[in-house]
Amino acid sequence: MKEEKTVIRKLPEHIDRLSGEIMSMMDSITRETGLPIYQDPRTGNPMWLDVREMRIRYTIPVKNIEEFFSGLKAGVLRTTKCRECGTIYFPPQVDCPRCRIRNMEWIDITGEGELVTWTIIKTKPLSFSHLDDYVVGIVRMPQGFNMLAWIKIDDPEKLSPGMRLRLRIGRRDSENYITYWFETA
Amino acid sequence: MRRVAIVGTGIAKYGYRSDANLAEIAYEAIKEALDDAKIAPEDIDSYVVGNVGTWSSEPLPAVVIGEYSGLVPKNGIRVEAACATGMAAARTAYHMIASGDADIVLVIGVEKMNESPTPQVIELIGRAGNYLWEFENFGMTFPGYYAMYATLYIKRFGVKEEDLCEVAVKNHYYASMNPKAHFQNRITVEQCMSSRYVAWPLKLYDSSPITDGAAALILASEEMARKITDTPIWIRGWGYANGTSNLSKRSDYIGLEATRVAAEMLYKRTGVDPTKPARYLDVANLHDAFTIAELMALSDLGFVKKGEEHIAVREKQTYIGGLIPVNLDGGLKAKGHPIGATGVGMLVELSRQLQQRAEKGRQTTIKKGWALAHNVGGTGHYVFTTILSVDKP
Repeated sequence: MKEEKTVIRKLPEHIDRLSGEIMSMMDSITRETGLPIYQDPRTGNPMWLDVREMRIRYTIPVKNIEEFFSGLKAGVLRTTKCRECGTIYFPPQVDCPRCRIRNMEWIDITGEGELVTWTIIKTKPLSFSHLDDYVVGIVRMPQGFNMLAWIKIDDPEKLSPGMRLRLRIGRRDSENYITYWFETA
Repeated sequence: MRRVAIVGTGIAKYGYRSDANLAEIAYEAIKEALDDAKIAPEDIDSYVVGNVGTWSSEPLPAVVIGEYSGLVPKNGIRVEAACATGMAAARTAYHMIASGDADIVLVIGVEKMNESPTPQVIELIGRAGNYLWEFENFGMTFPGYYAMYATLYIKRFGVKEEDLCEVAVKNHYYASMNPKAHFQNRITVEQCMSSRYVAWPLKLYDSSPITDGAAALILASEEMARKITDTPIWIRGWGYANGTSNLSKRSDYIGLEATRVAAEMLYKRTGVDPTKPARYLDVANLHDAFTIAELMALSDLGFVKKGEEHIAVREKQTYIGGLIPVNLDGGLKAKGHPIGATGVGMLVELSRQLQQRAEKGRQTTIKKGWALAHNVGGTGHYVFTTILSVDKP
């Protein structure tokens, strides 16, 4: 399982496969005519294809919430609680805007949640286009906050508001990195 | 604060506009607005561009549009508030005049969404939330966020998917009489019901399209407005609010709290009884990015009770002649939703409704002379509301 490629390599390969045919066609048009101009198939209008592809991958600092990720590796989901006012934050954040101080403790997220609402994503974003349809839900946790995550369920018709769901942590199939999801309790 | 009026309006044809680039489509609207007000670029003190971008090639739209439209060296800035960018831009222009800093300001809303392929556009809008906690790991989409509301709304109030489709049917009906609308075709509930799910329970026909478009307004101080036009449309006041970036932090999923807060502010500032807003208004443009959004707005703005919105739609209370005619231009659903242009386009439409300049069949009767606009950014992330009037505030 761990030897399998992760989404980091798999996704660009998938995207290159999707656009491969069109890019080969544009390459030959540009070689022949000297210009990357094609006819829009919908309207016939001439279109310039940007020859400068811009691939963006952001780098996001996680220093202050590192315990969330070390928790994931250990199979525990953790979040922050303000030592002054007791507010629990999910997603975890290191500052309490109520108390205007940085004095958080890390607590484990425990217990079964209750389903609030959900959707099934059918038309997917480009960077999820390698995956089957997925169910995303918002779940109310007993510690008093909501979590948004995928719900693993064979038949989404069985979902209903208030349904009890259990939090799971592990490597996501086909993407091979650690994340969390809900399953029926 | 000085009074501010709309003295010129312009709108480009909304749609799949592979014939025009960002500056060209913006200029279609700018030219129409300048011609409408019979003023020249030199008469403008400043301009504000509402544009979200990233799917289109120009990262500095304000300077590109300024140069193309002959506005240099006038100062222009870009304003962004997701799908509420247009009304955010108009509010910024309003403040420039109200404060006495400027006398005439041009507002431009523009979006070229089709410069990127559809899966990329879905990606970019899906990222518009709390990135790491919603998109990165869970691949949310814009229909997906609103679908979360639709699911609970349907379950809570025993509403049918057909009821949502009724909103699409109405908006296509009015768009069919609007030559600037993206879609000109009328649809039936059956057609809507047979369209594919994009994010269950929302279907393709519940959703606004990916649209290119532009709209422009010329705002002026009272003194300048008198010189420019005999039919100014006055901006009576604004209401605005924001919601949490992360959808999981919302208090409920049957309405938008930001709309309720923005409505309360607007009604207080304009002297409208919040329990009976329809009494004051001839027409409204509500933010129908999805059919569920128009339904929720009807109650969040106080027109009908929560949970009874679909009954009002079924009874044609949102058609001309009903309690409150809504989206007589076709709305985002059928006129189209070119993100940064949408809010500006709403104000163009309502100004023309109040001036009785809309096309035959979609012009409502103007008796009270007031109109309301409601522009939502993201999924209740931003909300801007305003009331326009024929009479001076």
